[in-house]
Amino acid sequence: MRTFAKYLAPLMFAAATITLAHAEDVAIVGGTVHTMEDGVVIENGVVIISGDQIEAVGGPDTAVPEGYRVIDATGKQVTPGLMSAFTLIGLEEVSLEGATVDHSLSNTFYTAGFEVAKGFNPDTPIIAINRIEGLTRAVIMPGFGVPFNENNNKSIFPGQAGIIHLGGGNDAVINSQAAVVVYPGVGDVGGARGAVLDYLVGALRESKPAAKRRRGSSASGGPGRFAKSPEDKAALAKVVSGEMPLYVLENKASKILQLLELKEEFEDMNLIILGAAEAWIVADELVEAGVPVVIGPTNNLPSSFDSLAATLYNAARLENAGVEFAIVAGGFSAAHNARLLPQDAGNAVANGLSWQAGLEAITINPAKIFGIDASFGSLTAGKEADVVVWDGDPLEVMTSPDHVFIRGEEIELVSRQTRLRDRYIDLGAEADKPLAYKK
Amino acid sequence: MTRLRGLLLGASALAIMVAAPATFGQEGEGRAAHSSSYKPMASSPTMITNVNIYDGRGGLIEGGSIIMAGGDIVAVGQNLEAEAGMVIIDGDGQWLTPGIIDVHSHFGVYASPQVKAHADGNEITGANTAEVWAEHGVWPQDPGFARAQAAGVTALQILPGSANLIGGRGVTLKNVPARTVQAMKFPGAPHGVKFACGENPKRVYGQKGQSPFTRMGNVAGYRAAWAKATEYKRSWDQYNEKVSAGEDATPPTRDLQMDTLMGVLNGEILIQNHCYRADDMANIIEVSKEFGFKISAFHHAVESYKIADILAENDICSAMWADWWGFKMEALDGIRENAALVHNAGACAVIHSDSGIGIQRLNQEAAKTVADARKAGLDIPLAEAWSWVSYNAAKALGIEDQTGSLEVGKDADVVLWTANPFSVYARADKVFIDGALVYDMNDEATHAVSDFRLGFPGEGDDR
Repeated sequence: MRTFAKYLAPLMFAAATITLAHAEDVAIVGGTVHTMEDGVVIENGVVIISGDQIEAVGGPDTAVPEGYRVIDATGKQVTPGLMSAFTLIGLEEVSLEGATVDHSLSNTFYTAGFEVAKGFNPDTPIIAINRIEGLTRAVIMPGFGVPFNENNNKSIFPGQAGIIHLGGGNDAVINSQAAVVVYPGVGDVGGARGAVLDYLVGALRESKPAAKRRRGSSASGGPGRFAKSPEDKAALAKVVSGEMPLYVLENKASKILQLLELKEEFEDMNLIILGAAEAWIVADELVEAGVPVVIGPTNNLPSSFDSLAATLYNAARLENAGVEFAIVAGGFSAAHNARLLPQDAGNAVANGLSWQAGLEAITINPAKIFGIDASFGSLTAGKEADVVVWDGDPLEVMTSPDHVFIRGEEIELVSRQTRLRDRYIDLGAEADKPLAYKK
Repeated sequence: MTRLRGLLLGASALAIMVAAPATFGQEGEGRAAHSSSYKPMASSPTMITNVNIYDGRGGLIEGGSIIMAGGDIVAVGQNLEAEAGMVIIDGDGQWLTPGIIDVHSHFGVYASPQVKAHADGNEITGANTAEVWAEHGVWPQDPGFARAQAAGVTALQILPGSANLIGGRGVTLKNVPARTVQAMKFPGAPHGVKFACGENPKRVYGQKGQSPFTRMGNVAGYRAAWAKATEYKRSWDQYNEKVSAGEDATPPTRDLQMDTLMGVLNGEILIQNHCYRADDMANIIEVSKEFGFKISAFHHAVESYKIADILAENDICSAMWADWWGFKMEALDGIRENAALVHNAGACAVIHSDSGIGIQRLNQEAAKTVADARKAGLDIPLAEAWSWVSYNAAKALGIEDQTGSLEVGKDADVVLWTANPFSVYARADKVFIDGALVYDMNDEATHAVSDFRLGFPGEGDDR
């Protein structure tokens, strides 16, 4: 099971050893195990973790090897770590303080070429604050601009999303080229929605790898009419070839249909729709095109003229139609409160989604949509050991994790917030000395 | 589309409001100007049986019933007898509570869709706009009201934003569909007045090179306003004394801004103070002592847990989110147990939304706080926690004698839930306001649709 080679490579990187130094052999026994693989739920199940991987998952008869630490999960629920497909974790510390915001460009010479993950901050307390609630993987996104900045990038291409794990350390970025993001509403295309599509198509066409371009179109190296730099073209070329998905924010049903039509010309392109408030109206078309969506299911107000048909029933209708979808927290902050996604999934369940689909939408589905399901997203032998033991139904609002493992390491359930709480939980302690001495 | 940007702007809009004394209302055809014209919808005497009840003041009644008639609560308890002709609803072992009250909403003043023309919540033309009233910006056709109704919200305070030190008067509404805001106004509810501490006013005016530029300027701005209001009140008190004594007297010149602040000094208007940081709140308390007024509630009180003892001593409510934090510096120290720690110190805890989405699940927000506090060793009964979204909210708005708890004689503002409302799976099954069924999840005929929605996509969904 363990091999020397498997550990040698990580040990050569100092930062990685921080994670693996604490990884141990653990057996979680007695819980209800939601494997998220083919809907299999195992009562009184066993999950065995060795090093950074899941060694075995099975029923109560599964043998626990000698020397493994045993966690009794009787009466508890065991799930994979949660994954959010829309966060700003590590890309901002305080949303309104521009100097701490690293997800948005202004006056830039490139757009789609910008990889936000290169600015990821592994030291932010936001990581621990989210992971103690069960979030272990996250897509980190380009943002909508720096607050109070008049010079924000107005391109429809704000940059590329990345993927992180929340285990800490300097190797947290799993993939810095997870998707090219499109925010059509902020495009500098003249203000008319129809032109956004022209701009997008133009940028994709002129970024096609040379063999696929028509004779006479512009060279791939220089700036194009739409793709501003070689970096932009390189990124968009990967979109055209299907190597990297195009992740487009779109709420309006008719505009989603127009995006689906792009697949006729760019047949290798993998499209993901973000927002998708009105996706339920075009659910059958999404299924036919094989395009997944990422929704904030509690966003049920007609907050813009593009999302007039937003409703709490969106998730349930998508499930009924067979659309593949992931759920993200619809709340206030994509960095600080990415952790709230189980509540959003729970609300979707309260409004007609099946419970199983609710949990899939925050575990295996985002893993599949963003192509990391070979190593994450289900409790399956051989996958990385992101495992959460919950004190009850993970989608409920009054439950929380008792144990969180990320790549085999058990995370201490402590954050800057729990430390503030512990400092102030007894104000009477100030009779002895100021609370600033309580650490 | 630009949801994040919209939310950030919303954050800078987190509001204030100010009130002018109702005593200046002109008597018209039987109704004072600016007063409520609300009339409850038609109702039949109704008994809901076989329910578990959180009464809103910490009480739990298992297997109980409630009787509503004439718009009021007539009886609550176990073993109640129905009278002939009453509508009987079998609660099927589910849960019944007072309606949810949100002390901090911007429905109507920042209505959906969030277009420029709907920005009616911040009069950003001067740091003190105590003279403006939120009710004059409330669009009754905001589709958000119906969404909140379907979530069990029966009353709410609409506040101006927080751009200004003193943003204007707030208005408390019954959450009913209506053609005018007057027909939504909660009868007898005092006005609120929105004050704002901290970052927002100093940023909005500082970047214009105006005062306030700093927190120092903020406090100087409040004190200057109160000093002026104190003189204004003195002139009116002198005038009123002369009139009472039968002497000839000329009334002082009306000042709409000062009317609002005088209303606070006279105890007629309640201060609703946007204030995140503990030290900012402490400074406001000092100003209240200097000028002799009462603070009803600190809103967005992210750091109340640091001074819960001081808030209890001064009988000030804290209106809080369960877990919003970090979007600005003064929100950096938010913790999930804030409301629980405030409650545990004997202070008045309220869960509020400041959000058209969050208002739809204040019950869940209370639930999260209770759960987190339990893990920290602080066990607050769920029946007590319901007061955070009902009785304590009513207290912060000065309407606790009319609503906020299930007590005989109070308005029958009641929600029947499909499950324990501290569960994420609970939905508001039936919502009653003044005894009238305003929403039934299973009866489309009871689903109000605002004018705005007619003819647009999505008209048919109630949630």
